[in-house]
Amino acid sequence: MAQSLADNRPDEGRADARLGTMRLLVGNRVALASGVLILVFLAMGLFAPWLAPHDPNQQHPDAIRAAPAWQSGGNSTFLLGTDGLGRDLLSRIIYGARVSIALGVAVVLLTMVVGSGLGLLAGYFGGWLDGVLSRVVDSLLAFPFLVLALAVMAATGPDLAALVLALAFKGWVDFYRVSRGDALAARQADYVMAARGLGASTPHLLLCEILPNIVPPIIVLAALRMATIIIAEASLSFLGIGVPPSIPAWGTMVADGRADIATAWWIATFPGLAILLLVLSVNLLGEGLRDALDPRMSL
Amino acid sequence: MWFRFLSRRLLQLIPVLIGVSFIVFFTMRLTPGDPIEHMLGQAGRVTPQQVDELRSYYGLDRPLAVQYWMFLRHAAGGDFGMSYSHHGRPVSEVVLERVPATVELTLFAFLLALGFAIPAGILAALRPQGIYDRTTTLGALLGISLPGFWLGIVLMILFGLRLHWLPISGRIALGLAPETITGLDSLDALLTGNMPAFWSALQHLLLPGLVLAAPMAAMVMRMLRSSMIGVLQQDYVQFARAKGLPETVVVGKHALRNAVGPTINVVALQTGLLLSGNMIIETVFQYPGLGKLAVDGIGAADYPLVQAVVLIYAVSYVGLNLAADILQTALDPKLRTGGSYGAVAGR
Repeated sequence: MAQSLADNRPDEGRADARLGTMRLLVGNRVALASGVLILVFLAMGLFAPWLAPHDPNQQHPDAIRAAPAWQSGGNSTFLLGTDGLGRDLLSRIIYGARVSIALGVAVVLLTMVVGSGLGLLAGYFGGWLDGVLSRVVDSLLAFPFLVLALAVMAATGPDLAALVLALAFKGWVDFYRVSRGDALAARQADYVMAARGLGASTPHLLLCEILPNIVPPIIVLAALRMATIIIAEASLSFLGIGVPPSIPAWGTMVADGRADIATAWWIATFPGLAILLLVLSVNLLGEGLRDALDPRMSL
Repeated sequence: MWFRFLSRRLLQLIPVLIGVSFIVFFTMRLTPGDPIEHMLGQAGRVTPQQVDELRSYYGLDRPLAVQYWMFLRHAAGGDFGMSYSHHGRPVSEVVLERVPATVELTLFAFLLALGFAIPAGILAALRPQGIYDRTTTLGALLGISLPGFWLGIVLMILFGLRLHWLPISGRIALGLAPETITGLDSLDALLTGNMPAFWSALQHLLLPGLVLAAPMAAMVMRMLRSSMIGVLQQDYVQFARAKGLPETVVVGKHALRNAVGPTINVVALQTGLLLSGNMIIETVFQYPGLGKLAVDGIGAADYPLVQAVVLIYAVSYVGLNLAADILQTALDPKLRTGGSYGAVAGR
């Protein structure tokens, strides 16, 4: 993207960059703080049954739309208040971290492995494989990401496995493009020629010589994609075609609170804040990683 | 030269459009169960014979390949079949009614985003790491991290329900709709000199437009800022300064012209994302456009309708990217002769 910038920067060796990565990342206080916040969300999801004060799906008929504890009409049993069915918002937010993080990780891992694997092969071998994949990629690029995911979910209805596939449907393309380009360049690079001359096999060349060199941009991309995926999942759940309604999810919770915004602002507000905090931390960490691993890409 | 460039780019579109139609068609066939049964869901008692008749009426009894061919042929002529949920009206008719509303909102968000992003990006680039730069960078990060549907609801609570400044749903106040000329309410009101209608249309556009524009403004601002920073360090900019040209000319003419190239792709990409944002934002604000139509269509299992809207979105997206390539090539003639399309579309 930022080709004009790349030309102006001194081209530091990647080995140097890698040595300094951890130092840079830890030195970047913002990235460090967001990393910690992500860990907090992760712990929330992992230990939800112990952390949540209530069962997230339990309805309290005597406390419907209870206000947050600090507001008049609130009580300390339900710290962030309850929703239209009398379910505890805090517990639902804690449980909601599970689905956001798990889906985000699943989709990113899937797209990363498929996309960079295919990109590596297409870039290295070229030929018909590259031709076919490039046509597929061109067609997928014609869709805005969310529109395509929405089309899939419209056909299948709310379902976790379908949601992963719908979000991965176009998501792998970015990884494909990055790794294909790098593999294409690497094919003629001196270090690959040297290894080939020494009798290295093709799998060895691909996995041990080329792959390690494309890992930094792939990691950065994965972190930044994660943020997009979390928002996309929440948006689809908000529309009622993402996570099945029986599982507490932040997007669904905002949708639940929509009818009550005039009387109970907290129902839609708090789950959205959770999405914002998680996405913001993931973006900040991603940018920190980018500055540390792959300064050529920074904006 | 232009002719060769354009014809090559248009030829490249053919396989893309075939691929798009293929994806749209087969995605909709993922639907579990029988579309006819979905359609008859609420219709009460029907004989199996009537089901068969309907199935052959919609061509659903033919082999998939034949169905795809029929879909392609009809879609090329703008015929997307009958809507399941709008009393069996033709999909094309239902969809066309909604296009102006979405075009109006998208255009408004587009202008809002660029109107903010261009000056903000330039100002931030003048003093990198200054206080203004840091503030806008943080703002931009918020812009891409805020879930649009939630931002919409928060703004509704704040400006609609608490402060009563702005309406929270719809397109124009009841009874104020202007005479239809272009179909864009605000423009029509302006053309007919109907100020109350113009004001009302603008008020209805403001909140959804803001929410829709936020991520685009953020991305465009960041891209413009970074390419401006790069360009401002170039020798010719220093030279222009040394010649004694005023800073406004140096920045506004020499630097901006060269920094705008990479930004155009981001603008096209983000304008495309306005389209997917539409689905969410129109639903939040009950704004009667294409996006809301599609989301309502999903709820009603109206597949021909959803299919048509998705196809329209994809084709507009392709068109936008083509327009960006052409614009970029017009600004930078180097791109016309050499490299492939891939070199232009470094997105």
